[in-house]
Amino acid sequence: MAHKSALLNVDRRKFLAGVAVAGAATAAAPQTTPIAAPLPDRRPSGLRPSAQMAAAETAMPKELPRAHAADGSDFMVDVIKTLDFEYLPANPASSFRGLHESLIDYGGNKKPEFLTCMHEESAVAMAHGYFKAAGKPLLTLCHGTVGLQHAAMAIYNAWCDRVPVIVVGGTDLDAAHRPPGVPTVHSAQDINTLVRDFTKWDDTPVSLQHFAQSFVRAYKIAMTPPMGPVAIALDGGLQQAPIHENGERLYIPRYVATSPPQGDSGAVREAARLLANAERPVIVVDRAARSANGMKLIVELAEALQAPVVDHGGRMNFPNTHYLNQSGRGNALIGQADVILGLELADYWGTVNAFIDNGEEEGTGLREPRTKNGVRLISITSAGLLTKSNYQEFQRFQVVDIEMAADVEATLPALIDAVKVAIPNDRKSAIEKRGEALRKAWAEGRERAKSAAAVAWDASPISTARLSMELWAQIKRLDWSLVTSGNVSNWPKRLWTMERYYQSLGGPGGYGVGYGAPAAVGAALANRAEGRFSVSIQSDGDLMYAPGVLWTAARHRIPLLSVMHNNRAYHQEAMHVQRLANRRDRVANLGKDMCPVGTAIENPDPDYAKLAASLGWWSAGPIKDPNELAGALEYAVEVVKAGEPALVDVWTQPR
Amino acid sequence: MRAAPYLALAALAAGLILAQGGAALAASTENGRHVFMRAGCWQCHGTMGQGGVAGPKLAPDPLPFDALSTFVRATNRAMPPYREEVLSDADLADLYAYLQSIPKAPDPKSIRLLNW
Repeated sequence: MAHKSALLNVDRRKFLAGVAVAGAATAAAPQTTPIAAPLPDRRPSGLRPSAQMAAAETAMPKELPRAHAADGSDFMVDVIKTLDFEYLPANPASSFRGLHESLIDYGGNKKPEFLTCMHEESAVAMAHGYFKAAGKPLLTLCHGTVGLQHAAMAIYNAWCDRVPVIVVGGTDLDAAHRPPGVPTVHSAQDINTLVRDFTKWDDTPVSLQHFAQSFVRAYKIAMTPPMGPVAIALDGGLQQAPIHENGERLYIPRYVATSPPQGDSGAVREAARLLANAERPVIVVDRAARSANGMKLIVELAEALQAPVVDHGGRMNFPNTHYLNQSGRGNALIGQADVILGLELADYWGTVNAFIDNGEEEGTGLREPRTKNGVRLISITSAGLLTKSNYQEFQRFQVVDIEMAADVEATLPALIDAVKVAIPNDRKSAIEKRGEALRKAWAEGRERAKSAAAVAWDASPISTARLSMELWAQIKRLDWSLVTSGNVSNWPKRLWTMERYYQSLGGPGGYGVGYGAPAAVGAALANRAEGRFSVSIQSDGDLMYAPGVLWTAARHRIPLLSVMHNNRAYHQEAMHVQRLANRRDRVANLGKDMCPVGTAIENPDPDYAKLAASLGWWSAGPIKDPNELAGALEYAVEVVKAGEPALVDVWTQPR
Repeated sequence: MRAAPYLALAALAAGLILAQGGAALAASTENGRHVFMRAGCWQCHGTMGQGGVAGPKLAPDPLPFDALSTFVRATNRAMPPYREEVLSDADLADLYAYLQSIPKAPDPKSIRLLNW
């Protein structure tokens, strides 16, 4: 069997020799010997180069040699096509030109279809949003050192949010033969170290067969809960060298999905016993439901127990119209609970403890338990199966009584069965009464939310409640999906009707600003195939990280209604600086703005409607009078229904 | 106990303002709105004190002045305290007048978009 790296060297050398010796006849036919062409004498010499040498070093090659065998990147496309990717959002670059050309010409630009992006961060975030709407991952390409660094923030968001993204990064490993200058600057010895701390797995294949195995392996790892991004570094030479099987037939491994990990049966029984006998059980959910079926299972568990559910919103876990959805009273319920079941919580410590950022405890802030003494804590999360050291997204350490390192959806059927068996007959009446009380509390909560929404109803800047309800009035009869929701005091969850899995997709995971706009476009792309109407509530600061994604949406006709939550500031930061100024008894310096220096996005005020229009969107605004909202939104909805993106800029209250 | 004397002063000032009514109330209301914005209250509570995810509702129907001013001066919760170096007693009284001036919210039953 031929050694893979030897094969690579042979092929690369032949290719490069062909470039150096323009039109050399020997390069026209496939060779199996290491030296393919009569290279000029390269012995070190102090003599002036011969005319032949000078021409070889400096002249333009007349023509690249034609490969008679298929190129390696064609085979890579064959591999990629077995995994059924619909799209490939990417910014074009030379380090993956071989694969790029094969994708669009050999592969016909179908499955995957190349989507032109203007920033690698946008491409990865599009894949992030797409997965949460479609349940399928996308592949993206990143250009060497620079592209992968651009992509890094979005990869980190995907890592924190447990979302699979297949990142393939071009590089050029052969220092002796890669083109000098820029391609060398864009190459690295071990390029994946850039993202190794926040990817599940990475590899740098050195042969085509190695690529086939690693690509399928990467997909499999990314898609196994806990899901996450993976990275494959792709050598430029490997893409462009002809295929030489040398007696070993290249093959593409078949993808077989890995079963997700299920909770230990003993732990499931003990958790069921605690829950069934609890007086005040509470279920807290975050990234619990991976699919519509996950949502149904959580409902079934909650109904079996008549237990309130507090939804932290990492995914669409629970219908907001169900009387057991008590998210608005979360902290109060947690404070009264005797058993708490946490399902895929990003932060268990923060769920059962309050942190008061008030400068006490020598400036670090105050920690107060939310729970009463004796509460029993149960956790089911697969996150514990994938913890790395450097990045700290695993949060503060929380001791729990029963912890299952397992996937929630895979474990819930057994837990539901065990709960039903464990409920004692003499508890059934009390459980039923608990449900009745929660039904009443849910109805009261809705009325309170409506009363709160009515406050400042006619305010200008427009209240986030008014913004949300004007929008709801326009979309409620459609099959809609709220792809990103900004930071509008949770009004959609408090007052809209959210019952389907794709109606709320959660946040960025890593809280890296700049996720909202591209993730919305990616999710809208997924929704387009299902005929769903996509709507995003778009923060102004978030959009300005990489607004080029608006062009991508227009270019590829991705219908999306983007309604700006334009509060004209990095508002979270405005509040942080204000807090510190007060703590230090100083008047915050506002400069000429409404917010502390460095936090405002005004003077001049970005005109997002003009920005969107310049990138191919229908747009309106800025709208400051709430009475003008309905007309603009109504028209924008029609634009989006016709298949185009539309943006309505709205000047809003801060939260 | 650094806030105590100022609380008394502020309560007195508010009492005077509220007792005067009419033009005096309008003047202090105008400055109160300015103070509400300049001091950053609106950042968490909204420009009309309506509240949201970052801070509770302050208006309409604000807390009694004593309760509000005690909290503003001495809170150790998520909201940072506004001591007299940052917010004078007179400004706090004006700010309260502004909160008092905010009209009652409409009945949610009268808002079509909140009833479907």
